[in-house]
Amino acid sequence: MKLSKLAAAGAMAALAGASLIGCSSSSGSGSGSSLAGTTITYWATNQGASLQADKTILTPELNKFTKETGIKVNLQVLPWSTDDTKILAATVSGKGPDVLNFGNTDAWTFGATGALLPWTSSQLSQIGGSGKFIPNVLAAAGQAPYTSLPLYSQAYGLFYNKAMFSKAGLTPPTTWQELVSDAKKLTDASAQTYGMAIQGASVSENMHFAYIFARQNGGSPFNAQNQPTFTTAGNVNGLQQYINLMSSGLINPSDAQDSTGTLQMSQFAHGKAGMMMIQNDAIPALASLGMSTSQYGVVPIPAPSPLPAGGQDLASFVAGTNIAIFKNTPHLDAAIKFVNFMTSAAEQQVLDQKYQLLPVLSGASQGFISDPAIAQAFTSILNTKAQPLPLKANVEAYQQTVGSQLVTLIGKAATGSSVSTSAIQAAMQSAQAQMPAT
Amino acid sequence: MSHIDVVSRSAGKLTVTPPLPHRRAVRLKRMTPYLLILPAVVLELLVHIVPSVAGVFTSLFDLNQFYLRQWFDAPFVGVSNYSVALNFSSSVGDALVHSFLVTILYAVVVVVFSWFLGFSGALILQQAFKGRGILRTIFLIPYAMPIYAGVIVWDFMLQRDNGLINHVLVNDLHILGQPAFWLLGNDAFISTAVVAIWRMWPFAFLMSMAAMQSIPEEVYEAAALDGAGPWRRTYHVTMGLLRPVTAVLLLMMFLWTFNDFNTPFVLFGTAPPPSVDLISMHIYTNSFVNWNFGLGAAMSVLMLVFLMIVTGLWFLWDRRGHRNGW
Repeated sequence: MKLSKLAAAGAMAALAGASLIGCSSSSGSGSGSSLAGTTITYWATNQGASLQADKTILTPELNKFTKETGIKVNLQVLPWSTDDTKILAATVSGKGPDVLNFGNTDAWTFGATGALLPWTSSQLSQIGGSGKFIPNVLAAAGQAPYTSLPLYSQAYGLFYNKAMFSKAGLTPPTTWQELVSDAKKLTDASAQTYGMAIQGASVSENMHFAYIFARQNGGSPFNAQNQPTFTTAGNVNGLQQYINLMSSGLINPSDAQDSTGTLQMSQFAHGKAGMMMIQNDAIPALASLGMSTSQYGVVPIPAPSPLPAGGQDLASFVAGTNIAIFKNTPHLDAAIKFVNFMTSAAEQQVLDQKYQLLPVLSGASQGFISDPAIAQAFTSILNTKAQPLPLKANVEAYQQTVGSQLVTLIGKAATGSSVSTSAIQAAMQSAQAQMPAT
Repeated sequence: MSHIDVVSRSAGKLTVTPPLPHRRAVRLKRMTPYLLILPAVVLELLVHIVPSVAGVFTSLFDLNQFYLRQWFDAPFVGVSNYSVALNFSSSVGDALVHSFLVTILYAVVVVVFSWFLGFSGALILQQAFKGRGILRTIFLIPYAMPIYAGVIVWDFMLQRDNGLINHVLVNDLHILGQPAFWLLGNDAFISTAVVAIWRMWPFAFLMSMAAMQSIPEEVYEAAALDGAGPWRRTYHVTMGLLRPVTAVLLLMMFLWTFNDFNTPFVLFGTAPPPSVDLISMHIYTNSFVNWNFGLGAAMSVLMLVFLMIVTGLWFLWDRRGHRNGW
């Protein structure tokens, strides 16, 4: 009796399970012989001022694509906060979108999962070949076979407030030493005015600076054997260079709590900070705060002079967004057509203009950013003073471990504790120990 | 007499073989309770048990981004994830212990204050007075509010330059000379605990209030007649009779607070200051940000074991309490 009840319960459980599995596998029916009428799903990370702004910008473009090809696109805009987790879930379950985009620093980590389609040369030729991309930008996607391709491009620049600089009789700095002395002249703590503004609590921003300044100081986060080398002198000195800005009172200590850039940008836009180091997508945000491009200039983030041994005059890493096809897509042809559309010269021009981003296509005309001088500055930084982050599968862990240690160090510097070289060394030791073994 | 009648009648009935449909009805009747709980059992298995077991399995494998797509191909590493997590002389183990201790402190502080506030609130609202209903409703707002909305408002209030709290403490009350960093260093622990207490205490209030309403007025009257003053009535009658409810309440609040993820995540994102490196955030960072799912799962299992031990000890303590008539 008991057994039969158990068996019945087991059968019910199995049925319930089967029906759940049935539900999940029913999606994604195959594409027909003609692509017209096919619907593909596109996960787009948040690029604009809000998720809604992205929908407003992308929808007319996607309609254009539907009109051209008959392929419908189901758009989902992902906030950065859940982007990783969603892609992760799609990877594990094998059920995901047809096409997706993500921050290019994640390209290698996501690529290593095997969830993304490696582009064959014949597939690449359908979109005009990999040669159409700026080599430096394409390098951030790794090597062939590429699992993602550049879609939008970004770079760091040093924004400076023209009025504050001319009032203090300063010119934009060309060396780190000049940057520090300019920042000192601009700082008047009693008037709550500082030389520099940063997003001190942002893991990703801090990690970017950890990388840029390490490279300026001859450091590199990984050795040739893929092992983390966060504690080497070059890496530690790079961090010290950055943290010293906060320790010497050139940054408003409140910035140590800013993880979104709201405070940073408002300080810069309202003349409470003379400089900030930020990517070009800050331009529309500054405009919304009432600061027009005529009020500020952009120069490369300078390196110490003379360059420390082994150091490079790096002002940015190759930042941006990559587009990829989910390997399990049942609509491969439609997906390739869509990537072709999104990376076409005409469409790139429209999207870069709307998002104020930099071109990813070789020879694309400049001037996407409304101010030609700023556009020129960013393009030149990207082409000559930027390098991709290390192309390692555990780069994501590097970002988190080093970025969050730096958040803590910046917090210490802001609250008045001195941050010594050995403290930085210990923090990096701890970051290194948390890296997954490769 | 009538009693014997009934028995003999029912006994007589039993000797008669019932018709077939009736026997089926009896069987159905016996199965009814099982059928009724079946959906709950299936869902419980799917929602709780299966993921827990999957977590234990994951902890035995080196699951990282290379194996995510074919997770069944991930190499079996036995207890190596556990030995990494429990090697307290290593940085990973050391960080886990730190996180564990911080979490215990956090859970104790939050539970004690939440319970104290909730119990006191319920006690005050036991007396009938004008506006009691409105107060009850107001007290429940933090509990009813979506967590994210509530915590993000706190995040604004805790900002250094333009946050409400510094404004009140520095500019209005002049308690602090300098604006404090409420989201950095050790202050971050205080802030996070305050936010968690703000969210948790209405639950303690609700449970205590419901339990207090079931205490008959006569017990208080009898205690008063015996010469017990308000304090003794509160301590011996209210707290005494509330003991079973309080015990369950404290356990539940401890388990919830120990697992608290939302409060630190909304306040700090993935990089909380070391003073608030709560264990659930710690595990999240190890699993989802560092893509080290095996290690994250091993840490989760350790946390599960700890919470099971706490719950087990609680049961022992509670049973002994019943036996001793506490």
